[in-house]
Amino acid sequence: MAGQPQSIAAIGTRGGKAAGRMLDRPAFLAYLLMTPAAFIILFFVAYPFTWGVWMSLTNKRIGMPWSQVRFTGLANYIDLVARDGVFWTTFRNSLAYTGVATVVKWVLGIWLAILLNRIVKWQRLIRAAVLLPWIVPTVLSTIAFLWIFDPDFSVINWTLRRFYTWMGWGYVKGPLWLGDPLLALASVTFVNIWRGTPFFAISFLAGLQTISPDLYEAAAIDGASAWQRFLHVTLPGIRPIMIVVLVFSIIVTFADFQIVYVLTRGGPANSTHLFATYAYQVAMVGSRLGLGAAVSLFMFPFLALVIVFQLVYLRKEHA
Amino acid sequence: MASRPVGETLAKRIALYHLPLFLFLLFALFPFYWMFVTSVKSTQETYNREVNPYVPVACASAVAEQARALRFDGSALMDSCLYHWRALVRDTLFLRWLGNTLLVAVVSTVISLFAGVTSAYALARLSFRGANTLGVLIFITYLVPPTLLFIPLSDVIGDLPLLHWNLLNSPWALIVAYPTFLVPFCTWLLTGYFKTIPKELEEAAMIDGATRVQAMVRIILPLALPGLLSAGMFAFTLSANEFLYALVFIYDNANKTVPVGVVSELIKGDVFYWGQLMSGALLGSVPVALIYSFFVEHYVAGMTGAVKG
Repeated sequence: MAGQPQSIAAIGTRGGKAAGRMLDRPAFLAYLLMTPAAFIILFFVAYPFTWGVWMSLTNKRIGMPWSQVRFTGLANYIDLVARDGVFWTTFRNSLAYTGVATVVKWVLGIWLAILLNRIVKWQRLIRAAVLLPWIVPTVLSTIAFLWIFDPDFSVINWTLRRFYTWMGWGYVKGPLWLGDPLLALASVTFVNIWRGTPFFAISFLAGLQTISPDLYEAAAIDGASAWQRFLHVTLPGIRPIMIVVLVFSIIVTFADFQIVYVLTRGGPANSTHLFATYAYQVAMVGSRLGLGAAVSLFMFPFLALVIVFQLVYLRKEHA
Repeated sequence: MASRPVGETLAKRIALYHLPLFLFLLFALFPFYWMFVTSVKSTQETYNREVNPYVPVACASAVAEQARALRFDGSALMDSCLYHWRALVRDTLFLRWLGNTLLVAVVSTVISLFAGVTSAYALARLSFRGANTLGVLIFITYLVPPTLLFIPLSDVIGDLPLLHWNLLNSPWALIVAYPTFLVPFCTWLLTGYFKTIPKELEEAAMIDGATRVQAMVRIILPLALPGLLSAGMFAFTLSANEFLYALVFIYDNANKTVPVGVVSELIKGDVFYWGQLMSGALLGSVPVALIYSFFVEHYVAGMTGAVKG
């Protein structure tokens, strides 16, 4: 990170042009190079964020003339917390969805990474195939799941039916995967696990490949069992990458929109909303922009907590 | 590669590794098989509960017949297998959506790569006041999800700061919005990459009389090309996959991207055009999947580089 001593940089300046000399000053050049990114972040992240905070304190609706927009203080937030039953369902759903999906993806991801690390034949092809769910546009693969969970033509239910008849257990209709609140939430979580596991696995695989085989040999010579080798060599070896992946995944899962939007639109009877889909429902469908902005801002404290954890952790690792 | 312990029997290996891996593959790939099978069935066959849904009967028999007769008949295949594919291309704006998606993805990727390279170089190589703070800020921006910003951002894009332009309902809305997550992503990935290039290279160039900018453009950028390439590919796929901004900022059918077009135009109220939906899902996925599969190794390498950096 240390900059160039001024003298060396100055030798390179031809003709002593002022602009050229300026560009050779690391600090000036650095600010110049940071400008495009800073511009985008300032105008299209920081400013909208502030604007969103203000909106959440107003009664703004779609198409409302400015003369009627009123500052309403914390009214939107109080409405949500005190009077809105769907909000609390959304809150619970978001926590359950994030918690369950993350833990399952974590476990499956480590398992899959270890399997992939052992495979020698067709390595590239298998890795590419396993990664597909994460690569393909989520909305498009979720449409396939919408059809797999169809109330009348679900292939799962067709298979169940065949299996029951074949076993001689009689007729079974099969569940309405997206029709029952709890089952719908489970189905949505399942699709998230399907999409996210490859990301965990491929990232953990990258971590596994940084572990020296000597460590495993040394552990084996010391008489460590496979499970002990996993606990004391593999897990510490992938720890740095694990933290990054977990933080990233928790944020993306908590703020997820697409899977719920395509599969249930928050239904049946608003029982599967996440913060993002509920914010969309309130703001874009119900046209209450201020209230919707408040719903999405409820994600902020949670996300901030995760980000602060990540920053503190990174600082500790680097110190 | 982990070495294979001696004395592991074949049966044990199959039970411990091959079978689970096979199940994982089945789990990962089944939805894609399902897209394909549904897209090549006729609507009557799709809604026929008596036949086995796993096999597209009409299409399979048409293919088998032609293979037996050793005669290729494209139009017969079109009718019995690719009916919905043709309908999707002919009767919907799918190709328009594909064009919009490419346009938005390419332009926002180029913008983001430019801004990403410059800021990553500054963060990785130059010491200046506030470097750490800016680095942390960009990292935080990388973690801010679009779902937190989409409501106010649609206001901002409908009335740009200072210029007062309304970009809503045009590809520019997305070209402006996507760099908000692509620039931090590229910066994060490339900062790690730049740090792996030895400083001595540009120091030597500068002692030989190059200015810092010359050293950066002529020495460092060519060396960072693999990193640039993978950052560009990921930025491209991230923007091709984006859904929420495209859903909120674009209203006209002709201006939509593939994900939004497929979801909003092929589902009309309670009517689902399953054949076309599955064809659209499949055809929309293929380009992205192809690009990525070439870059799996780069991704793994980039990930470790970025995490270490």
